[in-house]
Amino acid sequence: MWDSSMTALIVQGTFETLYMTLMSTLLAYIIGLPMGVLLVTSDSEGIVPMKMTNKVLNIVVNITRSIPFLILLIAVIPLTRMITGTTIGSTATIVPLVIAAAPFIARLVESSIKEVDYGIIEASLSMGASPIQVVTKVMIPEAKPSLIIGAAIATTTILGYSAMAGIVGGGGLGDIAIRFGYYRYETGMMVITVVLLVIIVQLFQEVGMKIAQKQDRRK
Amino acid sequence: MLPFRYGPLNLLFRRVRNIETNKTSQKPIIEIKDLGKTFRPKSGEVKALEGINLSINQGDIYGIIGMSGAGKSTLVRCINLLEKPTSGSVFIDGQDISKITEKELRTVRYSVGMIFQQFNLLMQRTAEKNILFPLEIAGVDKDAAKKRTAELLELVGLPDKAKAYPSQLSGGQKQRIAIARALANNPKILLCDEATSALDPSTTSSILKLLKEINQKLGITIVIITHEMSVVEQICSHVAIIDKSKIAEDGEVEDIFRNPKTEIAKKMIFSEGDQDPVVMGKNTYRIVFDEKSSSDSVMAKMVLETKCLVNIIHADMKNIDGYRFGQMVIQLPEDELSAARAINYLRSHQITVEEVGTHVG
Ligand SMILES: Nc1ncnc2c1ncn2[C@@H]1O[C@H](COP(=O)(O)OP(=O)(O)O)[C@@H](O)[C@H]1O
Ligand SMILES: [Mg+2]
Repeated sequence: MWDSSMTALIVQGTFETLYMTLMSTLLAYIIGLPMGVLLVTSDSEGIVPMKMTNKVLNIVVNITRSIPFLILLIAVIPLTRMITGTTIGSTATIVPLVIAAAPFIARLVESSIKEVDYGIIEASLSMGASPIQVVTKVMIPEAKPSLIIGAAIATTTILGYSAMAGIVGGGGLGDIAIRFGYYRYETGMMVITVVLLVIIVQLFQEVGMKIAQKQDRRK
Repeated sequence: MLPFRYGPLNLLFRRVRNIETNKTSQKPIIEIKDLGKTFRPKSGEVKALEGINLSINQGDIYGIIGMSGAGKSTLVRCINLLEKPTSGSVFIDGQDISKITEKELRTVRYSVGMIFQQFNLLMQRTAEKNILFPLEIAGVDKDAAKKRTAELLELVGLPDKAKAYPSQLSGGQKQRIAIARALANNPKILLCDEATSALDPSTTSSILKLLKEINQKLGITIVIITHEMSVVEQICSHVAIIDKSKIAEDGEVEDIFRNPKTEIAKKMIFSEGDQDPVVMGKNTYRIVFDEKSSSDSVMAKMVLETKCLVNIIHADMKNIDGYRFGQMVIQLPEDELSAARAINYLRSHQITVEEVGTHVG
């Protein structure tokens, strides 16, 4: 029952999963990183307190974070169609993935930057650094190891979400697992996809931790 | 009978000092007027500073001393407006910095360096890159910045640590890098908030020596916040004693040391480091003498000549801004006549004698 078409399917699924995951992570960071920074700087104790901005940002993040991904996936279908012209396949899945991941990433970034000793930020202010300089030259570089660990966590979380998108035909390994394992009871195929997903998660995790460790000059 | 502080020797000291200070001109570089700061956390109001008036001249090493929580850090942070005063104004070089824009303030901050108890170096940057940081901030061109960084590493005696990360440096070395960083943009003022409080005594001494050198070589005005009198004694020319959000006393270190007027000043002078507080009985006097009078062993002669028995409670020597001083706390007999004889004898030998309260120390 095993043939080369199945191998091709698995290879394609792996690539789709990687594409969805990495693309979504990248796009989600483009939105989530500034959001996370703004959450810190606009706080009442932050370097540029902005009460309203902070409040709105917190509400948006909290609401998005509290919607289960599966529901979000279906709820944003109209938006997905508007942006990508389709609702199935891996490119379409990127839309809900980014929407779900950006606020999550904003929180990760927020907590990483909050770890930076306020004394260091204050020292840079005492030297005449502008808020932009504090963000780009102090907050982000000083939080780098923690931000990298956050990125590894974000990537694996997005990978997990992307597999869930298989239910609505989102492409990738999750899609294969559901089509073969759930609808056709082909356990072999199921096991292979699970093993592959585990390996990819481990890989991202390991690589992230290694880079973070190497970048950490604090000890 | 003149009290010692108007004595001839002291006048000589003053003359020497004036020659020194004239060189750098007696123009206030920092002026604080009617400064007040009230924190309003949710838990209630905290008046951290009230009615502060201070004038710090160019070239001074100005100590601000007080107990923990007195308001020292808040005061020094008001000098570069890291803390916004609730009332009053701060003048740097004649400019009221409480009235300027954020952008102008940043430029003023290039000329006011600051160092901290916890060093606050960028942990992800090497020593060299830490010193480069304020130059990047100020937009100094790369080549000039590199050259300046090398000079500064030389100045603080750590050229071989250029590539080291802060986590690979000792406390004293970290503070040296922090000093180099604070000096990068050629500031006129250096603010030090408990800069030696995290260091052991010998490292403290070496950092204080470096600060003094910087003051003398570069003419930078230094403001030193500390809770330790010994720091003030070692390098400050002037001192302000801050107590419960207000300035209790201020002036030249030797004057304050010789003749402290307030309880808090006496307390700061006596209770040094972890020494046991001096227990005061009745008829207790504090006497201060300089090198000359101590070598004459005035005390021994006084006992012989006046036949007045004294009980020495506490004695030590101090080195204040280059001059050696001795201080002694003595208890005189209850017999008023012989006590008065002893006091007269000491005063006639140009020694400061003052009665101390029973609750000092
Ligand atoms: N950000 C702040 N919010 C509320 N209270 C503060 C704040 N900073 C300092 N204080 C209070 O102001 C007083 C003076 O503090 P500080 O200037 O740090 O004292 P010192 O440096 O002399 O130990 C203290 O009572 C302290 O609790
Ligand atoms: Mg303090």
